[in-house]
Amino acid sequence: MHHVVLERWSRGASFLHSRDARVKILVLLAYLVALATTPLTPAAGACYAALLGVAIVAARLPLAGLALRAAAVLPFAGTFALFSLLAGDGARAASLVAKSYLSAAAALALAGTTSMPKLVRALESLGVPRFLTLVIQFLYRYLFVISEQAQHMRLAALARGGGRLRFTHAAGAAATLFGRSYSRAEGIHGAMLARGFHGRMELLADARLGAADVLFLVAGVAAAVALRLMTGAAA
Amino acid sequence: MNARPLIEIRGLRYRYDDGTVALDGVDFQLFPGESVVLLGPNGSGKTTFAHHLNGLLRGEGFVSVCGLEVEQKNLAEIRRKVGLVFQDSDEQLFMPSVLEDVAFGPLNAGRTPEEATAIALAALDQTGMRYAAGRAPYHLSAGEKKRVAVAGVLAMKPEILVLDEPTTFLDPPAQRDLVKLLGGLGQSKILITHDAGLARALASRAVFFERGKIAAEGPVAEIVERFGWEAAPPAVTAAAQN
Repeated sequence: MHHVVLERWSRGASFLHSRDARVKILVLLAYLVALATTPLTPAAGACYAALLGVAIVAARLPLAGLALRAAAVLPFAGTFALFSLLAGDGARAASLVAKSYLSAAAALALAGTTSMPKLVRALESLGVPRFLTLVIQFLYRYLFVISEQAQHMRLAALARGGGRLRFTHAAGAAATLFGRSYSRAEGIHGAMLARGFHGRMELLADARLGAADVLFLVAGVAAAVALRLMTGAAA
Repeated sequence: MNARPLIEIRGLRYRYDDGTVALDGVDFQLFPGESVVLLGPNGSGKTTFAHHLNGLLRGEGFVSVCGLEVEQKNLAEIRRKVGLVFQDSDEQLFMPSVLEDVAFGPLNAGRTPEEATAIALAALDQTGMRYAAGRAPYHLSAGEKKRVAVAGVLAMKPEILVLDEPTTFLDPPAQRDLVKLLGGLGQSKILITHDAGLARALASRAVFFERGKIAAEGPVAEIVERFGWEAAPPAVTAAAQN
């Protein structure tokens, strides 16, 4: 099934995969803050993209696959960029699209190198409220459920000669998809409760910061700060 | 029987939100060492009944498990005592790897990661699935998933096993393997199935559900015969071959 791609990526083995999830989140935050506060010129954008590219290659994630998936953010960013473009500010529009795209790719790189339970636990230990991490946890799990149900429905339609859905059919299919997904999600939640789930994902491996993690944190944050200073000065 | 029942249910009633009456005054007892099969048509209330044993559903009436009444304060303890294996293994396997999934219950029960790993590996040994410990559950066959689901429940060291249609989606060799595995487990069992052969192999007593009520109970062979619950009786098979 296609929906397991991120989960499959996150089970890989690389220097980045082995790093503590908390450290990776902090480095990502540093990168995002630097990116967001940089007046983005083509050269600056290229520098940020290059840094991210190095991380993706080092993590042995498929560059093309990740780049393609990060494009999912473009319709949303593009809508807002369009307003800037119509207002005559082409540079701002381009900057908005580029920053959104790079941010999405960076977040995907994090998700592709860290399993969701570890990510959620790290967010909790960094002070994100439990309620929010619980929502993230279930949202992630149930997105898979919806995706899986959608794929089953698509196969069933294809098997009966169905092709492109008309709008009226699509609306009905969406309702069916919601119903099926809801029922499936209830089943999964029931199975979790049946095995004692009490609102917190416990992990087999205790998170302990090693020297390599601290080194990665220092290097990652330093790289983001250096990039910000360099590109800021150039602008 | 004189022994104190592991499960005691009196007058259990349950109505779904849409008004459907799923259980309508069910009385039931399960004694230590006993294996009982629940038979009956689809929608007769068997799965709804099973979900009451673990506190996933709460209806009207009295439900007690190992001397503990099913109520909020006892739920954690009851869920450790009653291992529920769901019909669809995909609902039960939700962690990124088989080992993490099997360790999910022990970790929730407060075991340390080291203890949970040891318990999970022992449960995987018991079900013959240790070789898959590092694999993702969605890469397993239906038979393997079922074995991992059983391991996930065994890791909680339950006193009672409740298995909802355990042989669904399994090919005949996988069914035989599963029957052998379940037959070797010492826990008291409640088994929901449409498979009369499985019922005969694993249970000594059958309870027949009909429209949310227990229509009859007794020896498996007798109940199967009385309700015509054989999927393909020898006469039908012979007729089909001629």
